[in-house]
Amino acid sequence: MTGPNHHHDHDHSELSETELRVRALETILTEKGYVDPAALDLLIETYETKVGPRNGARVVARAWADPAYRARLLKDATPAIAELGYAGRQGEHIVALENTPRLHNMVVCTLCSCYPWPVLGLPPVWYKSAPYRSKAVKDPRGVLRDFGFELPESTKIRVWDSTAEIRYLVLPVCPPGTDGWSEERLADLVTRDSMIGTGLPKEPDEIA
Amino acid sequence: MDATAALGATRAVPGVPSDDDGPVFREPWEAQAFAMALALHARGLFTWNEWAESLAEEIKRAQARGDPDTGETYYRHWLATLERLIAAKGVATSETLHRYRDAWDHAADRTPHGSPIELKPEDFRPAS
Repeated sequence: MTGPNHHHDHDHSELSETELRVRALETILTEKGYVDPAALDLLIETYETKVGPRNGARVVARAWADPAYRARLLKDATPAIAELGYAGRQGEHIVALENTPRLHNMVVCTLCSCYPWPVLGLPPVWYKSAPYRSKAVKDPRGVLRDFGFELPESTKIRVWDSTAEIRYLVLPVCPPGTDGWSEERLADLVTRDSMIGTGLPKEPDEIA
Repeated sequence: MDATAALGATRAVPGVPSDDDGPVFREPWEAQAFAMALALHARGLFTWNEWAESLAEEIKRAQARGDPDTGETYYRHWLATLERLIAAKGVATSETLHRYRDAWDHAADRTPHGSPIELKPEDFRPAS
């Protein structure tokens, strides 16, 4: 892994006033047995595509449609993503990882308070689980098989671990049969899972 | 509690931002606040009529304080309604809510940037 990786020990996490109140409520309601956090997570996950600006899907679609943008994104993703209106936390870099037929990238993350949901969308509930994290590192091909897709043996898999300063966005391979598509249409093919490398984009006939 | 229940809530409660499939959210916490109300409703803590009335009162109070009412603040009112109803139903007092809010603030403060934030007993200030 390249790039800056300074340690800011003085740099602590932050939650907005609203997030503090929401967490307080959830903790109290859980302790008193009114809500089951796992059931809440599952419900929230059904809104995967209904939360936030989904900037990442637009970024991927633009990179598919515009070779010059793609080059800028792969060279330095932070300003390229900012072009589309998302500026992350200061000092946080986003690195775009290009998938090719020979290389598949997959990202693991601790889901700290700075998880870039405006780009990647809601994190999946299993993402922070220890079994997923360790299996992703030891047996990434097996993890992908668990998610229902098999990569050819000739495709190498590389696993990336997010750090406090570096976040990753996977740039999936553009599905065939999309020549001449507008960026809006292309963005509909981009799933959250395809941007963290645990899924593939939709096929054109899936969004007919 | 599932997507059908969620759709029911968007029909029963006026103003829930939604598209053809159901509710939409600007930020993750909004979805969390929505899901908590759904869970409490499923537990029978309130009916949607009761919820809609309390929410309408909350919005009225906010407008009296100068809330711009652009729709962007809808879920802030939703959250305030949750807090108010929970206190009214005797689930947790506003003092308890504050104590937990402060504890989460403390937890965030001691958690290095990049690690997940977890609440621990020592985050609570001893009750005075």
